[in-house]
Amino acid sequence: MKAPSFSYERADSVAKAIELLARHGADAQILAGGQSLIPMLNFRVARPAVLVDINPIADLAAIRVDRNGVFIGALARHADIEHSGEIAEQLPLIAAAMPQIAHPAIRNRGTFGGSCALADPAAELPACCVALGAEFRIAGPKGERTVPANKFFAGVYATALEPGELLLGAQFPPRQTGYVSRFLELSRRHGDYAMVGAAAHGKLEQGRLSDLRFVYFAVGDRPTNAMALARAVEGKPLDAATVDSGIAALKEDLDPPGDLHASSALKRHLAGVIARRLLNEYAKGA
Amino acid sequence: MPERIGITLKVNGEEIRREVPARLNLADFVRQELALTGTHVGCEHGVCGACTLRVNGRIVRSCLMLAAQADGCEVQTVEGLAESGEIAALQGAFIDHNALQCGYCTPGMLFAAADYIAAGRPASRAAVREHLSGNYCRCTGYQSIVDAVCQVAAQGVAKGARK
Repeated sequence: MKAPSFSYERADSVAKAIELLARHGADAQILAGGQSLIPMLNFRVARPAVLVDINPIADLAAIRVDRNGVFIGALARHADIEHSGEIAEQLPLIAAAMPQIAHPAIRNRGTFGGSCALADPAAELPACCVALGAEFRIAGPKGERTVPANKFFAGVYATALEPGELLLGAQFPPRQTGYVSRFLELSRRHGDYAMVGAAAHGKLEQGRLSDLRFVYFAVGDRPTNAMALARAVEGKPLDAATVDSGIAALKEDLDPPGDLHASSALKRHLAGVIARRLLNEYAKGA
Repeated sequence: MPERIGITLKVNGEEIRREVPARLNLADFVRQELALTGTHVGCEHGVCGACTLRVNGRIVRSCLMLAAQADGCEVQTVEGLAESGEIAALQGAFIDHNALQCGYCTPGMLFAAADYIAAGRPASRAAVREHLSGNYCRCTGYQSIVDAVCQVAAQGVAKGARK
């Protein structure tokens, strides 16, 4: 249960990190909060020859709000996001998700970018990013590029990040009037891996939803936008019949594989429970 | 490609300089290099909470942080926490309530509990349980641990600052 030997390099700027990643190629692994990578090293699931520690890049820890929306830097700690007044005001979906991520000691160290770049299918933040239409900013040897969240997550522990690239953070669009977020996660105990969860974001007007993104996590290899559910409920009064039709439509959206925490049948059932609870909350208003 | 890293940090207020292997975690560093064995190593993958200590005033899992990453940091182990007097009320309450059997989880429990008390949070069993949910007690002594934390929370002993 001890990590294998590796070399350790510190990057104190994005340019230095890119240079180190280029120099060490596939042997290098970026170390951010380490709350998933270090267990993987201890289990010897990951065996990088070089760790590139990006923690000294102070700029990457910023949370910035301006007229373009909110930018959350890759090194922003979960605890900082959780306790940020700006996040609570601008991105209530993220604020609602934060207390569900592991435990306080983990949230003090774990980072926004680490969670997104790892792309654990049971993670909360990737689903929130998809629901909110975030764009990931990525630095690489050829400069910067952006990838929308719904194209970023590519499978279990797989993202659009290419070798040699560094995730800088995510840009969230400005909060729009009339849009309401809902978040719910079901796990065996608080802080455990989700059996199923969902991050929802949509426009709520006179009791009716539109432009709804109802994004599940822990039901597949990446965040899953339940588009059939959205089609079934959008524009309709959120009464029992509409909620039932939304839940029925989930058959088209989800085919969850079972895992250690829940069987496929249980996940399907819980996905319906979550849809019912969140849609009923929407029915009560903003 | 440095395999050994020079670090300078403060541990319980004392400046420490060492050369450490890159792969050494902070829990093993304080135990093996500094003989501060109050920090316990349980699961070594961040699940059990036995190795919880403070870095720059915040509780962290010391098994999930490299000693090399503590360069320039202020680390407080349970030895320093006890000496500071900050948790005197918690220590007393743990004794009063028999809130430990084997004691293996206790240092981590005290750090998590001190966090809760310092934040001035209420004597709510549900909230305390949620706050301590990342710390395992394999003697299954949770009831008495929650009792002890609630007693101190009820006293409003909010000494010591977090962050």
